[in-house]
Amino acid sequence: MKKVFSRPKSLKNVAFHYCAGCGHSITHRLICDAVDQLGIRGITIGVPPAGCAVLAYNYFDMDMLEAPHGRGCAVATGIKRTLPDRVVFSYQGDGDLAAIGTAETFHAANRGENITVIFINNAVYGMTGGQMAPTTLLGMTSTTSPPGRSAILDGHPIRMSEILAQLDGATYIERCAVNTPQNILRAGRAIRKAFQYQMDGVGFTMIEVLSQCPTNWKMTAAESCRWVDEVMAQTFPVGVIKDIGKGERHAD
Amino acid sequence: MDKTLISGNWACGEAAIRAGCRFYAGYPITPQNELTEYMAEHMRQAEGGTFIQAESEIAAVNMVLGASAAGARAMTSSSSPGISLKQEGISALAADELPAVVVNMMRGGPGLGNILPSQGDYFQATRGGGHGDYRTIVLAPSSVQELADLTMDAFDLADAYRNPVMILGDGMTGQMMEPVVFGKPRPRHYSEKYVLKGSGEGKSRFIRALILDALRMEEHNWKLVRKYTVIAQKEVRFETFRTGNAKLVIIAYGIAARIAKGAINRLRDSGYKVGLIRPITLWPFPAQIIRDTAERIGKFLVFEMSTGQMLEDVQLALEGRARVSFYGRPGGVVPTPAELAKAIVQEYQR
Amino acid sequence: MQIKTVFAGFGGQGVLMMGYSLAHAAMNEGLHVTYLPSYGAEVRGGTANCTVAVSDEEIASPVASQPDFIIAMNGPSLMAFQTRIAPGGAFFLNSSIIEGRPNRTDVSLFEIPAAGIASDLGSPRVQNVVMMGAYVKATRLVSADTYLKSLKSILGGRKKAAMEINRKAFAAGYDTID
Repeated sequence: MKKVFSRPKSLKNVAFHYCAGCGHSITHRLICDAVDQLGIRGITIGVPPAGCAVLAYNYFDMDMLEAPHGRGCAVATGIKRTLPDRVVFSYQGDGDLAAIGTAETFHAANRGENITVIFINNAVYGMTGGQMAPTTLLGMTSTTSPPGRSAILDGHPIRMSEILAQLDGATYIERCAVNTPQNILRAGRAIRKAFQYQMDGVGFTMIEVLSQCPTNWKMTAAESCRWVDEVMAQTFPVGVIKDIGKGERHAD
Repeated sequence: MDKTLISGNWACGEAAIRAGCRFYAGYPITPQNELTEYMAEHMRQAEGGTFIQAESEIAAVNMVLGASAAGARAMTSSSSPGISLKQEGISALAADELPAVVVNMMRGGPGLGNILPSQGDYFQATRGGGHGDYRTIVLAPSSVQELADLTMDAFDLADAYRNPVMILGDGMTGQMMEPVVFGKPRPRHYSEKYVLKGSGEGKSRFIRALILDALRMEEHNWKLVRKYTVIAQKEVRFETFRTGNAKLVIIAYGIAARIAKGAINRLRDSGYKVGLIRPITLWPFPAQIIRDTAERIGKFLVFEMSTGQMLEDVQLALEGRARVSFYGRPGGVVPTPAELAKAIVQEYQR
Repeated sequence: MQIKTVFAGFGGQGVLMMGYSLAHAAMNEGLHVTYLPSYGAEVRGGTANCTVAVSDEEIASPVASQPDFIIAMNGPSLMAFQTRIAPGGAFFLNSSIIEGRPNRTDVSLFEIPAAGIASDLGSPRVQNVVMMGAYVKATRLVSADTYLKSLKSILGGRKKAAMEINRKAFAAGYDTID
């Protein structure tokens, strides 16, 4: 019998601490699949964030350096500039990337740092207990927007992928989801492509992942998967946001 | 051994590059811009050198964190308000046990303050500055030559203890020019095993500061303390000046210590028996020499370009064994030797 | 011996260069020396100044609260510094463009028409080196020979002609002092 599915080699054989239905564990696995397929485990350095994925180094069987909250892109910049032939990725949530770390993310993209950012957008601060994130949808309740996010009081959800795509240093940005088998396969391909771009020295790449958080969304896992398509994707449409094409360097 | 007439900011940059610094990230702020500019020009010329003008002080220090973990000798620099922003990264470097050199050319504060020389950041520098139980080695040069020498030493100390080292200068140390003879580059002693560069075929590693388990976090804290204890035993540096038969001893560091020497020379000429203890490491603080000196001298005067911060370390060192008075000029005022001499005489005659 | 000199004038008059060249020469004579430029907002106001301390022993403070010598290249510099000069000190005034004179009677005054001499030499930019000629002769802090060698090494790879005009400027300034 042919083996068609197995645990990626660069994913440690330990149980995830993530809640049932959480998108983090699926995305972790997709990253490790991509690393295995490209055969880059030994030259990859990951930068996990503060947030639910703070313990990512317990799962990724590759070198990792934890960044202070929001500084993933700055830390990754320091690593990549020192070791340009390594594959360096940061793994960041929406609060990390789009609130406290906006400046670091924006400027790393603008400098065209040859790094890959995996951006987990679940519209909520998960680890701290479900507070409003910069990506929380209008009307969506959270512990710090109890009546629902108000555009007047709280501002609008930020579409970071679209914003960063404006920068000349960004070369490939795609928004994916991990709520259906098709979307998961597509997200995996996107992550692999981003790493490949980095290996080709093309510039800044980011894969945004719409990631279900049933616990803080107060839904079942199945409901949360449907909600990504039916509600979340209305504000954050999935698809390629920018792709300059492999090998075409951004203007120097 | 050619002498070079060079500003403190440039000398610090040159010494860093000679010491093998190959990663610098910084953000413009007066009065240390010349250091950033020097690095912009010369780091690019150094083999394997990286210069990044970061988007903020916070980004700069976190880039240094990444570069240090990846094996580069790394440095960032700023002045007081910018150093406040860097504290997050300094705390993380200490927690991660990563070497790095952070330069602070102090200016008047609090808040934006002004751009003039000051010594108001002593507490911030010596008490860790950021959050959590940690220490930063703090070196306080009083001349451009010493700034160059200590910058080279700072990289060695940072490596030896895998800890951030701060050079605590001030606007004047950075801006003034003096003749300097640069030290020779020394080989780096830093084990590859601490460098994160991809696991290759081997076991993967991670560096992190988050330790959720209380007992393990406690263990990490005590491990750091053991290291700090060794530093405190081995790395104390100070200078004594004309303390031989002194009746009153001034304690001052950095540029203030030079002014104190000027005052002491004048006063000695007039028959006043005064001397100076100049801490070169502010942490670890040279408490023992101060205690020892108190066995024969009953009067100390702490002089700082602040409202009195090192004063507390002197009081802690003496534990009431001697009388301690204070003279300070905060806010960017640089007192003259004559002015200080007047304050010393007043205390001397008390 | 410890001598502190303040060089002051408009930006563009080569004031920082005057201090730097003196500091360089003093270093080459084996003396202790500090050079402190004014920095920050002040520099952008159109005036510049720097302080050079020269001594045969370690220099305490690079700041001059009471400078021994003041080189004023323009009128505002004279006004700014005349109250600070040490009793018994000396003013060097760029007398071609400064109309006022110090209100102090306890200091010496050297009136050097530096700007005029430089213009006569066909190079108004070297007024600073004319002034340095007078300063070096009058103060004897460093020898003319050391000063010119320092100047040459500072000018570095620039054209020979540049050094030649500077040499002439220095000599012309030097000759204004008896």
